[in-house]
Amino acid sequence: MTAFRYLEDVVTLSCDRERCIGCGMCSVVCPHAVFTIDNDKKAVMARRDYCMECGACMCNCPTGAISVEAGEGCVRGIINELLGIEGPCC
Amino acid sequence: MNSSLNMLPMAQPVPSDAGVFKLPSSDQDFVLDTVSTAIGKVPRIGSQLSWKDKRGHYRVRWNIGRDDFTVEPGLYALGTPGHNSHILVTANYKLTFDLLRESMTGRSCWILVLDTKGVNVWCAAGKGTFGTEELVDRIQASQLQDVVTHRRLIVPQLGATGVAAFKVKKYSGFSVQYGPVMLDDIVSYLDNDCTASPKMRLKNFPFKERLVLVPVEIMQGLKQGIPVIAFFFLLAGLMGKDSFPQAANMHGLPPSLALLTGIAAGTVAVPLLLPWIPGKAFSLKGLLCGLFLFGLLFLPVFLFETSHSTLEKVSWLFICLSVASWFGMAFTGASTYTSLNGVRKEMLRSIPAQCLGLIGGTIMLGMAL
Repeated sequence: MTAFRYLEDVVTLSCDRERCIGCGMCSVVCPHAVFTIDNDKKAVMARRDYCMECGACMCNCPTGAISVEAGEGCVRGIINELLGIEGPCC
Repeated sequence: MNSSLNMLPMAQPVPSDAGVFKLPSSDQDFVLDTVSTAIGKVPRIGSQLSWKDKRGHYRVRWNIGRDDFTVEPGLYALGTPGHNSHILVTANYKLTFDLLRESMTGRSCWILVLDTKGVNVWCAAGKGTFGTEELVDRIQASQLQDVVTHRRLIVPQLGATGVAAFKVKKYSGFSVQYGPVMLDDIVSYLDNDCTASPKMRLKNFPFKERLVLVPVEIMQGLKQGIPVIAFFFLLAGLMGKDSFPQAANMHGLPPSLALLTGIAAGTVAVPLLLPWIPGKAFSLKGLLCGLFLFGLLFLPVFLFETSHSTLEKVSWLFICLSVASWFGMAFTGASTYTSLNGVRKEMLRSIPAQCLGLIGGTIMLGMAL
């Protein structure tokens, strides 16, 4: 399993169990195995602190059950955001 | 204008050439010849990288020419693909494109290159350029439905940040299968009936991968650091008691070396030693590496040298640590596991301290002169 773990309890990842249809796409696309599909065929965030907010899960969820604030996660991009500067970071 | 493209949630207005038939130019250096297909002459490429290709890779790894290292988007034939061959989707950053074709040595397939403005798959996916709209557009523009009889695309897993498989299916008729994270696994994946093992779906961050990122980090560090070094020499020369050149050297050199030590800590030590440095926040890891390197290089001078005051020596420490913490933190952008909100939290907490440290250190330096 992935050895690296970043800060705890900071990510904005959330999953609406009601909307989930258990297609499993989130667990396919996640590069850090955050999701597993449980016995009720619903996605659970088993490793939520390993999430890097890349947004692949949200992008590929056909029912919109997953939400996360996915954006430019780099220092330059965040500085631009904090100073109100438009445009890409690199 | 294609009606299905109009239905996509694209930025309006849809670009005038979206979906218009276009094949990449065969005049590009790495194109071997062309293959005649139902849609015309498709450029053919091989898996062998030339010395020119490799030189380009070396340069971009040192941040040289990184903004202009592209291939034209569109369809390419690798080897001798047929109507049943796989279609592998990639970005138009030449490094990515070259590594993909090299990893398919001995194999034939179609390669569909998306216009990501010369950015690699994962970063482009995050920006949206390696995305649903561009993929659907490029499928249309390459008339893929007339090139192959199947309706399957293999997209790198890290492209999923920008590509919604279910939307691509809806708007193009092509099913997206997510290939492995790493190119090293692509052949096993294809041979295993396009099935990925759980390990193939994980993004790790091993030493080798961290190592190749170091030269770009160093170059970016020097770009930011050299003006500050110039400022230190100027400050020392103007405010020091001896002649300008003597004072500049005597009092400008040590803080400059302290700054370079901080850069080395953040751009070399942090990436290489990442898993073994205590702390989860990169700004903390930078600080610790800075402290370690400063101790290693400056401790004897710190303790025994007499031509600089204690205040001046402490200024070097502040300069080194603040810079080390800053560049350590900056490495989050090149890492594979830090989250947006985590980095934001780190930044809000540590940037004030880094600024105070650098400015404070500079003031101390000025006061000591």
